[in-house]
Amino acid sequence: MMAQASPLIDWQWIWRNMGEILDRTWQHLSLTAVSVALGLVISLGLTAVVLRWRRTYTPITWVTGLLYTIPSLALFALLVPIVGLNATNAVIALTSYTLLIIIRNMVAGINGVPEPVLEAADGMGYTRRARFWRMEIPLALPVIIAGLRIATVTTVGLVTVTAVLGLGGYGYFILRGLNTFFWTQILVGVTLSVVLATILDLAFIWLQSALSPWARSPK
Amino acid sequence: MGPQDLTDTMIRLEKVAKVFPGASRPAVDDLDLDVGKGEFVTLVGPSGCGKTTTLKMINRIIEPSSGRILIDGADVVAVPPHELRRSIGYVIQQVGLFPHRTIAQNIATVPALMGWDAGRIKERIEQLAALVGLDPEMLDRYPAALSGGQQQRVGVARALAADPPLLLMDEPFGAVDPIVRKRLQHEFQALQQRLGKTVVFVTHDVDEAILLGDRMAILNVGGVLEQFDEPATILANPANAFVEDFLGGERGLKRLALLPVGEAQGIRWGPVVDVSANPEEAKRVMEEESTDWIGLLEEGRLLGWVDGSAVGTGPLRDLVPRPFLVTLGSDASLRSALDAVVTSHARVAMVVDQGLYRGMLDLEGISEEITE
Amino acid sequence: MTVWESMREFLSEPSTWSGPDSIWVRLGEHIAVSVAAVVIAGILVLPLAVWLGHIRKGSAIATAVVNIGRAVPSFGVLAIAFLIFVQIGAGIGEPWPVLVALIALAAPPMFTNTIAGIQTVEPTTLESARGMGLTEREVLTGVELPLSMPLIMEGVRIAFVQVIATATLGALVAWGGLGRFIVDGFAQQDVGELIVGAILVGMLAIAAELGLSATQRATTPRGLRVGR
Repeated sequence: MMAQASPLIDWQWIWRNMGEILDRTWQHLSLTAVSVALGLVISLGLTAVVLRWRRTYTPITWVTGLLYTIPSLALFALLVPIVGLNATNAVIALTSYTLLIIIRNMVAGINGVPEPVLEAADGMGYTRRARFWRMEIPLALPVIIAGLRIATVTTVGLVTVTAVLGLGGYGYFILRGLNTFFWTQILVGVTLSVVLATILDLAFIWLQSALSPWARSPK
Repeated sequence: MGPQDLTDTMIRLEKVAKVFPGASRPAVDDLDLDVGKGEFVTLVGPSGCGKTTTLKMINRIIEPSSGRILIDGADVVAVPPHELRRSIGYVIQQVGLFPHRTIAQNIATVPALMGWDAGRIKERIEQLAALVGLDPEMLDRYPAALSGGQQQRVGVARALAADPPLLLMDEPFGAVDPIVRKRLQHEFQALQQRLGKTVVFVTHDVDEAILLGDRMAILNVGGVLEQFDEPATILANPANAFVEDFLGGERGLKRLALLPVGEAQGIRWGPVVDVSANPEEAKRVMEEESTDWIGLLEEGRLLGWVDGSAVGTGPLRDLVPRPFLVTLGSDASLRSALDAVVTSHARVAMVVDQGLYRGMLDLEGISEEITE
Repeated sequence: MTVWESMREFLSEPSTWSGPDSIWVRLGEHIAVSVAAVVIAGILVLPLAVWLGHIRKGSAIATAVVNIGRAVPSFGVLAIAFLIFVQIGAGIGEPWPVLVALIALAAPPMFTNTIAGIQTVEPTTLESARGMGLTEREVLTGVELPLSMPLIMEGVRIAFVQVIATATLGALVAWGGLGRFIVDGFAQQDVGELIVGAILVGMLAIAAELGLSATQRATTPRGLRVGR
């Protein structure tokens, strides 16, 4: 069966469905934000564990890596008997995908603080606690933000697949477009997804730069 | 000499030892050491001699396995480590400037921790910048923008910020190139003379230790103290083969570099007369001294020398003396004198102080110092 | 019906094990298109990447490629490919749009990692190789490539896992692959089919990851392997 070719972009349709587009924008943003935020919180906890017990890094990386390898569609499917077809399913899966990258960057960031800086801080008379909050965290922040950036952009892409759960954000348009051979919807879905990812990418790049003024100064 | 009684002692190490977990031998074994107030003590030795470990035990970066350490009479374990360290200046080889803070903020670290008010801090920063030779323009830059030598200066300023009586330095000039290192060494020496801090300075470079220290502690592997004395004394009388070996070759020359010309025993008047003397006198002096030349003075000032054959019957005043190529001040080292002697035509070094002639040194006079 | 019962029912159906909709066929399709995509992408991209890395001109492009690749959702690439193929008159259900999309997705990680890998080789190492009289080609094949292997293989691994995951979505553009079971499971509310499909895909992805990690280690020159 041949599909009938519809005009590539139906601007009327876009105009008429602005409301839906805005709703889906909100859906896409909230799914992304919640998943990354949750991922951040869990990663903080796991990183604290890793810093305290070095040997846990390997098993933790192993597990989060395993989760990362499982294709998103499969993970959504596996969660269905457990939580059903809903936002909870989506968030659990999306959060899992952020863990590997955020934890890896957090640990690398904290381990990346140069040893002489820490020794000098001790020598000046900083307490352990003060050293952690005023030396290690600020200096690790750029790398951590970089991890959040990658996690966020990746999540924006993965949210499109949640369309199979009835959600999807912009992925809703992609799936509908595919099922009805309505190209406009597909193009709108893909384009908006790319735009959103790019905006967030640039936002994080800006944030990273803003939080590390010292990395900007030329010699 | 070292401190005579306890009240003059800044640091006392009593039977201090450190064994690292899993190590077969102690890093530092039963070390006793006293450092007097205002003294500049260097800790030198080969790798594994425990010099850095010893230094780090003073401010408790490393805790001793046994023994105790007193600073100004008080045991270091009596106060929490971070409090102890705020009253000790600490400079390490890689400096460890905080990359996320400006130079000014780096220097202000300890005063800020101690709660000084902003005005006082600002004043102090400017004072210190001038003291260590840092361009005030640098104060608002970040460490990444500075060269190695500049970073080291900031490290020193940062350590001095709260005006601590004691300074601990671990190979602070090791990470810069030799030219910058020389400059930093001399500047720090001048600084130390002005400030009179007690300094414990670790280095693996024996020449640096000889140059900077009032007293030098030579450590052997395992923290064994082989000799602890003034550099000139150690150079003249090394305690054993290890020390001799460690001091390296040309010990005699190295020692000469420490001794000022003004205190040399071998200085004598030599073949020098005033221009008002008569030519016969000049000839007599030349014969006495067995030289073929004579130096001429006018009102105590050294004019130069003339060849013996030029001295005839006419007045000495008419002769045109050739100036000496090199003259030394009394605070020049005997090593410079030796260099002058070897390179001069007449094989002598003339000592002139504030324009006035003091005497001369020849090879014999200098060798007397070496063999003393 | 419980999940287990549904699974058992699905696994007992004859069509699951033989015929055009069987596990074997779907598995075969999935692996075939994934391997083909990675191989073709490799042929297209690796020589260029090796050359760019060799002349040390690739960093900016590599970074741009990574960023763009990350911002474009794989589902989107698949949908666009499908759109294009239908527009030019291809049939529905063909693997071609999937293959093309997968090639586009496999290329960036291999491209970037290869450039990075070649560029991590110290210039001084290359200089000494040239100094010993090796020709440019010998330097490339004897020194640069072996030393870049870890990163190049990592790029291949990342690409492969990415491709297997996206091939799963192929079912959403009327194709087959193991994703077919998942999508059909969703559509027909057949939990058994859904879960079996998910487990199969998961296992395939993990197997690929482990297999390629081992290959990565095996192709790393012995001197570079970090001992423990």
